[in-house]
Amino acid sequence: MKSIILILSLLAFTGVIYAETAEEKGLAIAIEADKRDQGWGDQATVMKMTLRNSQGAESTREIRGKALEVKGDGDKSLTIFDTPRDVKGTAFLSFTHTLKADEQWLYLPALKRVKRISSSNKSGPFMGSEFAYEDISSQEVEKYKYKFIRDDKYEGRDVFVLELYPQYKKSGYTKQISYIDKEMYQPLKIEFYDRKKSLLKTLTQHDYKQYLNKYWRANRLEMLNHQTGKSTTLLWKSYKFKNGFNKRDFDKNSLKRAR
Amino acid sequence: MKKNIGLLFFVLPSMLSANEWSGNIAIEQKLFSNDPLLSSQYSQYSSIAIQPEWVHEWDGGNQIFSFVPFARWDQRDDERTHVDIRELSWLKVFAESELRVGVRKVFWGVSESQHLVDIINQTDLVESTDGEEKLGQPMINYALINDWGTVDLFVLPYFRERTFAGNDGRLRTIPRVDASNPEYESSDKETHTDYAARWSHSLGVWDIGLSYFDGTSRDPDFKLGLDANGDDVLLPVYYQMQQTGIDFQATLDAWLWKVEAINRRINNITYNATTAGFEYTFYGVLDSASDIGLVMEYLYDDRNDSATTPFEDDLMMGIRWTNNDENDTSLLFGIIADRDDSSRLYSIEASRRIGQNWNLNLEARVFKKLTDVTSPLYSLREDDFLQLELSYYF
Repeated sequence: MKSIILILSLLAFTGVIYAETAEEKGLAIAIEADKRDQGWGDQATVMKMTLRNSQGAESTREIRGKALEVKGDGDKSLTIFDTPRDVKGTAFLSFTHTLKADEQWLYLPALKRVKRISSSNKSGPFMGSEFAYEDISSQEVEKYKYKFIRDDKYEGRDVFVLELYPQYKKSGYTKQISYIDKEMYQPLKIEFYDRKKSLLKTLTQHDYKQYLNKYWRANRLEMLNHQTGKSTTLLWKSYKFKNGFNKRDFDKNSLKRAR
Repeated sequence: MKKNIGLLFFVLPSMLSANEWSGNIAIEQKLFSNDPLLSSQYSQYSSIAIQPEWVHEWDGGNQIFSFVPFARWDQRDDERTHVDIRELSWLKVFAESELRVGVRKVFWGVSESQHLVDIINQTDLVESTDGEEKLGQPMINYALINDWGTVDLFVLPYFRERTFAGNDGRLRTIPRVDASNPEYESSDKETHTDYAARWSHSLGVWDIGLSYFDGTSRDPDFKLGLDANGDDVLLPVYYQMQQTGIDFQATLDAWLWKVEAINRRINNITYNATTAGFEYTFYGVLDSASDIGLVMEYLYDDRNDSATTPFEDDLMMGIRWTNNDENDTSLLFGIIADRDDSSRLYSIEASRRIGQNWNLNLEARVFKKLTDVTSPLYSLREDDFLQLELSYYF
């Protein structure tokens, strides 16, 4: 009885002097961004990744991706490599989860072998690029704690500046600073801070286009590693929605025949 | 007429819009550090192999035709010079099932040191002594896909004999195996129809497989005989067998725990064999992008010293270094140690890509203290080798 009174009085109290904290505002922006990107269903993409070392020498990878939206959990995705030619046909299946460890399988075409692999390598490079696995994994609200920093302008556009603190295990980051466009609710720039809290990488997202009159997708990503001078460009050649994918397109059988 | 041919060339590519060629050509140089045991053998072998791949996809990706021929020419070993059809198959995808008809390769299992459960394809032993290379197997495979796992049913209407190094080759038995005169327990010989089934499923951190095989053993026994010249040879004998296999892996953060076990009934005996172990990976060691994985597996066969495998009570330890660079540089160092004697098998495998289309592969094996004359590895005691392979992928 006593506790009920306490709760009631607390409710009344907070009601009176309620003011949104920076954390609450950050979370509210993340929830709004997530809400606006719900319902896309599935997508098929064709990408080209260009890796550049500090001397400017380039190598490229051509990748195709399929993704299936999973409500209430992380998405399912299948990534197929077309080049370099020696890894052609290699395919990567991932069931992402919000806080629980992701499930990942790799198909090695030369051996016809499907290998279940550890998903602990979140901070490891994806295909030798400057993108870590955690950068390309599906983004869910629960994966971070948020803090609103300020309203600002970035390249002439109004943005929210947010700090994100990864809550999942094995992240290579202590903090991300995200510049979120106020119209699209999509990041234009993200700065990544490593485990020693120093600036590691900067990601800029370019050429946003709207699909199905609702969903904004960047068509070019530039990731620069400040500590090594290496950079990676990720260029989308196509986005295709409403492919009619179902869970059968994202199982170990589909992995073996991915091409 | 000329016009029609022109039209054909014009029409063909557009009709077969989703068809493509790819593949690789590889030159290989194998160097043996010790003098051969036999005068017919050499210290250096050059070789070239080609494996093109043609794939045609239609019906929105629900039907796929694949053709993968393979050919190797070896400078000295006539038996290693060989051709094979690795794949010639048609796949049809249905909503809850998949049908595959033709020549294919199938892999089952989880372990690294040996593949006990993997039973569908015959080993192409002249390609590699580690048993990783396989011959194409004719089959009808129907897969039923359920929420409780995938059930694969196999009918295997034709048997492929194992390949063995020839008289001039190294990494072979002494006396050599005469593969041209195999014996079979079944009077149907190589046309005996084999059957297999497998259930496999993923549940959270667990990946599990249960399999059964009834047919001609891919692993031959040997008996002494004479070839056409009156020289001693080993003749392969292929018995009928029934094998039940289980494979499972638990993926717990950076730990992979693995078990493979089989129960095999062959030639009036029944035996069990197992491979069990783990792989643990340190990701991003010393703040670099590199990963270092530790692999340890125990290999056991309850026939002990009468086993036809050299790995009856052995420990395999390995270190895998993955650089995660743009060239996919990696290195695997392994030791298989017999627990009964001091024999050791060391191996190194390293590879990296060069540019966009080339790949350099290095492999070395060293056999130490192979003093047990009854071991199947005894005749390899002077066959330490270094192999370099340069491949072009197109």
